[in-house]
Amino acid sequence: MKSGRMDLRGLEETVMRGLMWLALCLVAGSLLLIVAVIAIRGLPSLSLAMLTQTPRGGYYLGKEGGILNAIVGSLYLGAAATGVALAIGLPVVLYINLYARSSGLTARMVRFSMDVLWGIPSIVYGAFGFIVMTAVGLRASLGAAIVTVSLFELPIMVRAMDEVLRLVPREIGEASASLGATRLETAWRVIVRQAMPGLITATLVAFGRGIGDTAAVLFTAGFTDRIPTSPGQPAATLPLAIFFQLGTPFPEVQGRAYAAAAVLTFLVLGVSLLARFFAGRFARNTVK
Amino acid sequence: MNGTHLQVRNLSVWYGDRRVLRDVTLDIPDRRITAIIGPSGCGKTTLLKCLNRLLETGEDVRVQGQVLVDGEDIYAPRVEVTHIRRKMGLLSQKPQVLPMSIYENVAYGPRIHGERRRRELDRIVEHYLKVASLWDEVRDRLHGPAASLSIGQQQRLCLARGLAVGPEIILGDEPTSALDPRASQNVEQRLGELKRDYTIILVTHILRQARRIADHVIFLYLGEVIEHGPLKEVFGNPRHDLTRRYVEGEIS
Repeated sequence: MKSGRMDLRGLEETVMRGLMWLALCLVAGSLLLIVAVIAIRGLPSLSLAMLTQTPRGGYYLGKEGGILNAIVGSLYLGAAATGVALAIGLPVVLYINLYARSSGLTARMVRFSMDVLWGIPSIVYGAFGFIVMTAVGLRASLGAAIVTVSLFELPIMVRAMDEVLRLVPREIGEASASLGATRLETAWRVIVRQAMPGLITATLVAFGRGIGDTAAVLFTAGFTDRIPTSPGQPAATLPLAIFFQLGTPFPEVQGRAYAAAAVLTFLVLGVSLLARFFAGRFARNTVK
Repeated sequence: MNGTHLQVRNLSVWYGDRRVLRDVTLDIPDRRITAIIGPSGCGKTTLLKCLNRLLETGEDVRVQGQVLVDGEDIYAPRVEVTHIRRKMGLLSQKPQVLPMSIYENVAYGPRIHGERRRRELDRIVEHYLKVASLWDEVRDRLHGPAASLSIGQQQRLCLARGLAVGPEIILGDEPTSALDPRASQNVEQRLGELKRDYTIILVTHILRQARRIADHVIFLYLGEVIEHGPLKEVFGNPRHDLTRRYVEGEIS
């Protein structure tokens, strides 16, 4: 009787463990598959010219040139939009975690509105950015795209950072306060330091989503073969370059679309690795 | 009017509707170790946290009455709280080092209070690490992470950190409860030395610890001060039946 029950529980354990493994393989497998498809279809078309030249006339018909304009445009856009989102998002997160009462109305409202904003598809941000842009008389430009993408990144960043700050033990703040530190000193010198690796990850997640998003920049960034030299000029981005190249009927150009996708993927990967390296250095001093 | 550093007058505290301190009035003797004892949940830690206004950071907390630090009511409106907290060092149950190096932990307080001179900071760090008897163990790795210290070393680092801002009072919330016996003994010895210069208030649930190091004892029961006075009187000749039963271990 007793051993029968044990067998059942053992079986349950084995089956559930098998299912978890299956799910794990599915996740790892699809990641591998995506990378493999991009590499197999993209790498043969990838050339040095693609990375170092802007499109010449007829590039989208299969002629000479590269996508340097889109690479640079994406980097400008991703960095600037993430910077703007960080400059707005970090104060918000610090406020709701250290100044406002954590279950108070302000904090709850901010968290709720960020959840709602997170759920809005990026095409809606794009349309919104377009309306605002035309209302104030701007044309599609790098600047307009930065504003739109930073709005799109903000809820992602705020919610991720919020979770990170909520994990910082209360007692660390108390220890700092008991030494006579103000809340700002506590927030800036202690809490942010403790949470730094997580904050960097949150920033990266937002950066990755921002740089890879297509719909938000479809109407707002414009598209050009030139590298922008000021925020007032239109800019090309990698997702749009992929989109336009895939849309052509020429297999050669479509191959370049996959090459551009590979560039975008490696770009995000490279930035992630770099940031992780710095996060690791900050993590040296974190408590626990 | 030769009051002590730290006086509590008719202090009551509510968490929501629950009253956790009732009308507490005390004079904490200067340059002595005062132990706050009592069964768990009797308000020991609440009383301690009231003394440097750490309590206000909690939610739904109401405080009535006065806590006078050098004659200044710290719960009066418009009181600037940072200079009050600076007068008290805090040792918590679990030592809480700051996420920075050993050196920076001690230098943190003096830095935020405006000390910028490198040489002076070096002097302060060395001096207080020596007072906490930690210097010899960490002198070669001052710039290593504080979190890599053993828990007993961390508690002594917290002591050095607290002393570095020049307080007059040390508050300890069961500061040895997370430590092993030897580390506890070390911290107790430090406190014994420090009472020459500092007023020390210690929450403890260990009666033997109170017997070993306290000069004064406050016995709290369900948020009320049942009895307080010199150690010998409270432990040797309790006036109140509840106190007698507690120190004899009948209630805990």
